[in-house]
Amino acid sequence: MGELVVDKHVKYILSVEKRKDSFESVVLEHLRMNGVYWGLTTLDLLGKLDALDSNEVIQWIMKCQHESGGFAGNIGHDPHLLYTLSAVQVLALFDKLNVLDADRVANYISGLQNVDGSFSGDEWGEVDTRFSYLAICCLSILHRLDKMNVEKAVNYIVSCKNVDGGFGCTPGGESHAGQIFCCVGALAITGSLHHVDKDLLGWWLCERQVKSGGLNGRPEKLPDVCYSWWVLSSLIMIDRVHWINKDKLVKFILNCQDTENGGISDRPEDAVDVFHTYFGVAGLSLLEYPGLKAIDPAHALPVDVVNRIFFQK
Amino acid sequence: MDAEEHKLPLSQNPEWADVTPIPQDDGSNPVVPIAYKPEFIETMDYFRAVYKANEFSPRALQLTHQAILLNPGNYTVWHFRRLILDAMGIDLNEELDFMSGISENNPKNYQIWHHRRWIAEKLGADVASKELDFTERMLFLDAKNYHAWSYRQWVLQALGGWENELNYCHQLLEEDVFNNSAWNQRYFVVSGSPLLGGLEAMRESEVKYTVEAILRCPENESPWRYLRGLYKNDPKSWISDPQVSSVCLKVLSAKANHVFALSTLLDLLSHGFQANQEFRDAVDSLRPSNSDPPDSDLAKTICSILQHVDSMRVNYWTWRKSKLPLSV
Repeated sequence: MGELVVDKHVKYILSVEKRKDSFESVVLEHLRMNGVYWGLTTLDLLGKLDALDSNEVIQWIMKCQHESGGFAGNIGHDPHLLYTLSAVQVLALFDKLNVLDADRVANYISGLQNVDGSFSGDEWGEVDTRFSYLAICCLSILHRLDKMNVEKAVNYIVSCKNVDGGFGCTPGGESHAGQIFCCVGALAITGSLHHVDKDLLGWWLCERQVKSGGLNGRPEKLPDVCYSWWVLSSLIMIDRVHWINKDKLVKFILNCQDTENGGISDRPEDAVDVFHTYFGVAGLSLLEYPGLKAIDPAHALPVDVVNRIFFQK
Repeated sequence: MDAEEHKLPLSQNPEWADVTPIPQDDGSNPVVPIAYKPEFIETMDYFRAVYKANEFSPRALQLTHQAILLNPGNYTVWHFRRLILDAMGIDLNEELDFMSGISENNPKNYQIWHHRRWIAEKLGADVASKELDFTERMLFLDAKNYHAWSYRQWVLQALGGWENELNYCHQLLEEDVFNNSAWNQRYFVVSGSPLLGGLEAMRESEVKYTVEAILRCPENESPWRYLRGLYKNDPKSWISDPQVSSVCLKVLSAKANHVFALSTLLDLLSHGFQANQEFRDAVDSLRPSNSDPPDSDLAKTICSILQHVDSMRVNYWTWRKSKLPLSV
């Protein structure tokens, strides 16, 4: 099985630029902000955030801010909650939240809340519990939860709860580990976890572990390293993580590494990418793998960063 | 107009001579620099120009088409396309047809599904059956596509077309009884269809249907959870309905794939179900030879068996055992 090849992963993240004209680079162009968040959070968990010039990153991020206060996935694109949270998270990694006009960002976010408490991802109105999480997490980091209607937001999320204990993207939507992370994370941040049936959901989540040790996101689906984050973080937030077999999951994630060139893939032998590298390393951090910084399961940022946000002001 | 007709690079095409392309600004020394292909660079440079100029024209619409083919995930291009469609008052039925081809190559792209919904919302109930047909085609390619299901639920609620939905769920479950998405949709229909009278009215026939599905493949997690869901907010009926306990007994007696039967029986016992000797014998016969001696407490025996046969989740079953009330 081997160990986590930390230096190779650092090198992989720093060298994504050298992979010229790949298909991945074109389709990632519009969501570069997410890519920066995945890459830099991974570097921080590996203890190597200082391998980058933070000023250049911050300058680029601020160029992605729209006059509405929201951030786009790249310069010249339209703002969206997906990129607004990533931008704020990366600024938090660098302890540079002070470069933001927090009220302006908060106004953009709270403006996306709908009458039923749900959130749209942008001005075009797509509604999904993912956006509830993005909004709540972002406002929490900015100390601006009071700018939104928390009670209504919580009620909407609860309306997406299913009889299996999980959550879907809208009321009646199938339970899916990614949506569960969003809903449980939003409920955790707003102090509303009493709405979760923890034992029932905990069992559903630990049923996601398959023979190989990996986790899937729904019944009868293939395991994927990204669920090491979505499922594990949810289990930790509801205090049921000891119900899965941690050793087997660690082995599964380590088997998805490219031990020669760095990076982690969705399943063993597949091609690596920054997204799965982040989820693999973050999952290992949740599993207390030695040498990694601890990560906060709700805010998806290193614990020291979260402590700095909430306990140093 | 078709993208194929635009063989000339935009920079050499007289139709575009009046536009000055705007290059991408990646910042001075990008952190995650991106290598772009020349065609991609040129299309996007011209896109930025028409976008900045708010040019709502046929050629701008055509350009968004080209940009979408190069990267269907670019949400800004989609936004702009909607602005053009609105401004030019284009027949949205044509836009729906345009979408279908792109969707099949990008079944999990959020922007495409969202754009489709924007169109269908404007066209209204007239397109309900067309949209249900479309999701059926997408679900034929991948019966668990989350986007397709979510869109289908929206179509039903916003535009209607519930008449055949329970049949459709049945058809998918005939094809693959393990399809959790189809079970979820079945619950959505049974509990929410304006034509069926609600969960309680549907319970009897649904329990029968589910029990049959369980007996076909007792290792299938989905119908077990569905069965429990049919008694939402009514645990008393759940415990007292002989169909529930008897499906457990049947699966246990068959002595194969009995994890969910054991766990359901455990849940029933925890909620006050009184098991007779037949249940005890069925459970006893499943005890592995090297496990603890039989306990007078049936629930405890079940937990011991599950600790053994579902060893991946041994900690869960150990916890369940520890939560049992002390036996008398």
